[in-house]
Amino acid sequence: MAHIELKNVSKSYGTGKDRVEILKNINLKIEEGEFVAIVGFSGSGKTTLIKMLAGLEFPDEGEVLYKGEPITGPSHERGLIFQNYSLLPWLNVRSNVGMAVKERFKDWSKDKLKKRVEDYVGMVGLSHAINKLPKALSGGMRQRVSVTRALSMSPDVILMDEPLSALDALTRGTLQDEILSIWGKDKRTALLITNDVDEGIYMADRIIPLRPGPKATLGPVFDVNIDRPRDKTALNSDDNFKKLRNSITAYLIKIGEERAKDITKEYHLPELKPILKSKLFQGTRV
Amino acid sequence: MKDKIINVLRFIGLGFFEPAVRLAAGEDVKKNLTALFQKVFFPIISIFLFMILWNVGAKKLYNVEKDFKIESARASKGEAGVTAELARIESGESTVNSLPAPKAVWSAFKNLLADHKAISVKKKAFKERVAKTNEKREAQGLAAITYTGRPSFVDQIKTSLWTVFCGFILALLLAVPIGMLLGLSETLRSSVNWLIQIFKPVSPVVWFLLVYMIVKTLTLSYDGDVSFIISFIAVGLCAMWATLVNTTLGVSSVDNDFINVAKVLNLSVGQKVFKIVLPSAFPLIFTGLRITVSVAWMVLIAIELLSQSPGLGTFVWEEFQNGANDSNAKIIAAMFVIGIIGFMLDRIMFSIQKLVTFTEQ
Repeated sequence: MAHIELKNVSKSYGTGKDRVEILKNINLKIEEGEFVAIVGFSGSGKTTLIKMLAGLEFPDEGEVLYKGEPITGPSHERGLIFQNYSLLPWLNVRSNVGMAVKERFKDWSKDKLKKRVEDYVGMVGLSHAINKLPKALSGGMRQRVSVTRALSMSPDVILMDEPLSALDALTRGTLQDEILSIWGKDKRTALLITNDVDEGIYMADRIIPLRPGPKATLGPVFDVNIDRPRDKTALNSDDNFKKLRNSITAYLIKIGEERAKDITKEYHLPELKPILKSKLFQGTRV
Repeated sequence: MKDKIINVLRFIGLGFFEPAVRLAAGEDVKKNLTALFQKVFFPIISIFLFMILWNVGAKKLYNVEKDFKIESARASKGEAGVTAELARIESGESTVNSLPAPKAVWSAFKNLLADHKAISVKKKAFKERVAKTNEKREAQGLAAITYTGRPSFVDQIKTSLWTVFCGFILALLLAVPIGMLLGLSETLRSSVNWLIQIFKPVSPVVWFLLVYMIVKTLTLSYDGDVSFIISFIAVGLCAMWATLVNTTLGVSSVDNDFINVAKVLNLSVGQKVFKIVLPSAFPLIFTGLRITVSVAWMVLIAIELLSQSPGLGTFVWEEFQNGANDSNAKIIAAMFVIGIIGFMLDRIMFSIQKLVTFTEQ
């Protein structure tokens, strides 16, 4: 039995004329301990997909199964790392993480909870900032806190919704390694949503492109047969990596072109004439 | 040291003294001097200009009224009447009740303070005088004799502040919980929306009358200070709308991301409300409370005036009825005191607001 399974999942928003079908016939199986990356264009329904796995949204048709049971709502077993960090701005790092830990381990003593928070914050190297508010942290540090918050609840599955897309390249690299090392420790199941092919190849066991929506479906699976731990610099000259990257990129470009071709609607621009202002106001535009 | 002072100044809302502190510490002279001019020097100049304008205007108005009196005296009694009228104005027998000049207001203010001192001395003497009697009365189970003389200006201020405080607490206790309930439930919100929309713009005077009607009946058998109860309830009801509307808005417009966090963490309903919704609505709630304090202080004067509960409103009204030579000056002095206290209350609320609310960036 697969750890996570999506069976013929379809999802749409709106009603009547405004109805937009986001996802159509999505089928996906993720085994326990597997790291799967889903790569796709922005606006292709990636976030909707992961929200369904987290239990924040529900499919219109089909089933989303976790350990063979349909998902009925959010659970501590599936930790979600948000794209925009979503830290509570009025709580410091300790309380942001502490809130999650306290919720997960309700019967723990205060000292035990405190130690767990400190251990997990230390794990992402933020012990020095544990009493700071999110506004005092950089983007990378905030995402670290967000990652820690999700992982401190020891979820069986880590769901990541473009967690690194807002960060600069250097911070991205370090955080990728941090996430991988945490994942590697007890081999949880992980699903990463990303728009970066390289990131997908570096981190995942399998890469699945999401064909752009509306009516997005999953593309063919690309297996990443590169031994772990992977070395970023070595990867750049690895033939296997290059080939994989080229084929995934080629596939994405192909579906991108198909999408562009599908748009046959012609747009008629209204005939506009510039309004000439009097001399007095010309040149005062800021 | 310097940073500490600046932080304290900023916190109590006197941030405009910051350049002076920086200048004293010898920091970037040119920049701070410009800032000092902008934030301190020019405001002072504008105060002077205001005073001059006021003085000139007051003199003009005084002359208009004086001339009118003289002219009417001349019309009825001829030149002899004019001399007599001039003498009467000089002696204060005939009052020229126009807008008082700054100097008159200042001396009226000093008189009010002197009056307060005199009354305080009287009160103290009275207390000493009745101390023994009161002890006896207490032993006999009788109520103590209290001072029932005229309250001083400062006493009136204290009473007014107490009324506003009680009114504010009432507004807080009513508006925040109700606002939260309305914010959380769309059904509730739309079902009582008409009530809010209709009652929000009702004038303080009408609120007073409404509260009077209700409280009067409820306190028929109560022989305490009913006018105080009526005025603080009316103040609270007039002032609570800003907090109510802001709390509702704050609670109903919580960032979806925070709601998702609450869902993912599986927080219970209570925790969701108190740990996510309420803190994220705090900035708006406090903005509402700040407006509430300002409104409470503003309507207080009118309500006290109507309810005859002692306080600044009653003071102003009594002085107006009194019509003595310095009555107008006292009214204007009270006006400034009211304005300055209102300003200080707003500053206090501002400081508390800064202390308890978060900023995103």
